[in-house]
Amino acid sequence: MNPDSKNFYEVARGLTSWLFTTDHKRIGILYLICVMTFFVIAALLGITIRLELFSSNSEAGGSLLGGGEIYNRILTLHGVIMIFLFIIPAIPGVFGNFFLPIMIGAEDVSFPRINLLSWYCYIIGAALALFAILSGAIDTGWTFYVPYSAKTGANLILPLSAAYMLGWSSILTGINFIVTVHRLRAKEMKMFRMPLFVWASYATGWIQVIATPVVGITLILLLLERFLGIGIFDPTKGGDPILYQHMFWIYSHPAVYVMVLPAMGVVSEIIPTFSRKTIFGYSFIAWSTMAIAAIGSLVWAHHMFTSGMADESRILFSFLTFFVAVPSAVKIFNWLATMYKGSIHLEPPMIFGLIFVLLFSIGGFTGLMNGTLSIDIHIHDTAFVVGHFHYTMFGGVGVMFFGALLYWFPKMFGRNYNKKIIYLCGFLFFVGFNMLYGTMKWLGIQGMPRRYADYVPEYEFWNRVATVGSWVMVGGLFLMIFHLLYSVFKGSKAEDNPWEGTTLEWQTTSPPPLVNFNEPPQIPEKPYDYPEEVKS
Amino acid sequence: MSELAAAEHGHDHYDPEANKLGFWLFLFTELLLFGTMFIAFAMYQDMYKIEFIEGTHHQNIILGTVNTIVLLTSSLTMALAIQALRRGLKTLSIAYMAFTIVCSAGFCVIKFIEWSAKYHKGIFLLNENMDTLPKGEQVYYGLYFTMTGFHAFHVLVGALLIIWVMVAVAKGKVHAKRLSFIDNVGLFWHLVDLVWIFLFPLFYLIR
Repeated sequence: MNPDSKNFYEVARGLTSWLFTTDHKRIGILYLICVMTFFVIAALLGITIRLELFSSNSEAGGSLLGGGEIYNRILTLHGVIMIFLFIIPAIPGVFGNFFLPIMIGAEDVSFPRINLLSWYCYIIGAALALFAILSGAIDTGWTFYVPYSAKTGANLILPLSAAYMLGWSSILTGINFIVTVHRLRAKEMKMFRMPLFVWASYATGWIQVIATPVVGITLILLLLERFLGIGIFDPTKGGDPILYQHMFWIYSHPAVYVMVLPAMGVVSEIIPTFSRKTIFGYSFIAWSTMAIAAIGSLVWAHHMFTSGMADESRILFSFLTFFVAVPSAVKIFNWLATMYKGSIHLEPPMIFGLIFVLLFSIGGFTGLMNGTLSIDIHIHDTAFVVGHFHYTMFGGVGVMFFGALLYWFPKMFGRNYNKKIIYLCGFLFFVGFNMLYGTMKWLGIQGMPRRYADYVPEYEFWNRVATVGSWVMVGGLFLMIFHLLYSVFKGSKAEDNPWEGTTLEWQTTSPPPLVNFNEPPQIPEKPYDYPEEVKS
Repeated sequence: MSELAAAEHGHDHYDPEANKLGFWLFLFTELLLFGTMFIAFAMYQDMYKIEFIEGTHHQNIILGTVNTIVLLTSSLTMALAIQALRRGLKTLSIAYMAFTIVCSAGFCVIKFIEWSAKYHKGIFLLNENMDTLPKGEQVYYGLYFTMTGFHAFHVLVGALLIIWVMVAVAKGKVHAKRLSFIDNVGLFWHLVDLVWIFLFPLFYLIR
């Protein structure tokens, strides 16, 4: 048998061939399995939160979870798992690992063993986080704000070391992507011929390298504060708790771009492919990606408008927050212009791409409302903020994670899924999503606080709408996950290029061979080069 | 050649440029790690100018200076070790690295003497006596133990890495044509040195 015809699943079998693999595609699949598992767990926790909020306790005569403490823990877990174990690693870990080397015509990333190490850091971090849950959990929220986090009786050493390990996983992936892009591009693959998903992963790598160490040291300082009383965050010793918030958000705001840039990269792949048209303003999108990475590092304090800060700095951060919306808007306009007069094919990935554009725009606009100093004073710590970041993070990144999965599913597994089922899932998701988070924004404007386990009876109606929405949304998503899982094993065999894509991954077999290409790929002049007659 | 072996061969591809770039990015993260603490220092130094100067008066400048010299010397010998290996002088390179490790051990011993002197004066983390000091001085010592502690930890890690490189050089795995590992460990050692160059004036010399 010609070894060339073996795909990367077939070259080796057994558990150890996976656990000790240095193949970037297998590492991508490992990430996919973990990330998906954590998503399902955290989604179920989210459903539990919504069930608690279904009724106002003063009327129903008791709370479902029997008190605020358990609610706080579930809320923290939902946040920690979704942020650290799902959204941050999801797209870079799965699709970045799997497709970045293929898209630039490389055999693997620059440091394959460090790539595996990064997955192990992720697994250790995840195990610590889960162990923290089992051993009594945490009640600080995912932000671990001092002084509460320095004093709470809950065991914080586990979740903080978990976050630290996950940070290392993120840094190692980032370093790998940056070096791979600089060193392993195929000869004719110039920087400005790279697909935009590669640009996005590259910019993400930079943010991971720049921002993550800051939160790493911050969490260590918090541990030292707790156990050795170094006093840096403790006002009784002369320290300043606000400093913690600054150091935390210096990482954690850029982290939202770690989450969203790869998602935008996926949209930039999907929209030209399904419009059969070259992307409009390729270099603008590439540069706006780098601009978001740069400006996004300078806006952190908009999380702290009510924490106590000089007016001058609040105004400055408010301005910078508006400014970072500009490159994001550049992207939205470019995607719309790409579709204009294109030959639009409404395949499932495209549907998710369009859902992203709509939901992310809503999230972006409400983000500007949060960034406006005067409005933020009113809506700070209300359900409006929760609605906003679910529109950007879930409606943006979450949707595009599934969009990317649908787009690259035939390539990764060599199988097709049933499009009709996916359309139904997309519809359920979209309806439920807006019922859930749109309502949250409305509740927030009316003054419903976030994080509380209970509320006054006046808010009950809209809270019930939101809870029902959460069932519809999660129902749609779980149906999709189970159908995709079924299709991995039972789906019909996929073609090499089912979507008529022009980037390099569509030139190889589905699934790809171990060294990615059986024969050297043809590098096009432009990444989305559709013939003229299809364009017009 | 089997497909797996071919891939392994691909994976083993030696690319010193990639190794250097990757390691510089890692050093960048180290810089941010210390940079965050330096920013905290700058902020508190501004808040508690007098207390910080008071804290500086309790430092032993002589030991601090000796330690600076020890560390700078070790950085020089590390650089010489790399140059020696580049010219193919394996034994000389190992000798220079051995000297570097002696210096790093000396640095740790002096650090230990300084810390234990403070400990006997009741100036140490978790010591009740600390609570009687003015707030700013408590922060000063908190920062002092945290930052020099982190630095000392890096000295230890650096020394272990140098031992690792020495073994690799002795075994012939690192040689004049394959310098990435020793180059990168050298860079790490210079970073450790560089951080101390900033820690020393901030904690000892501002009066």
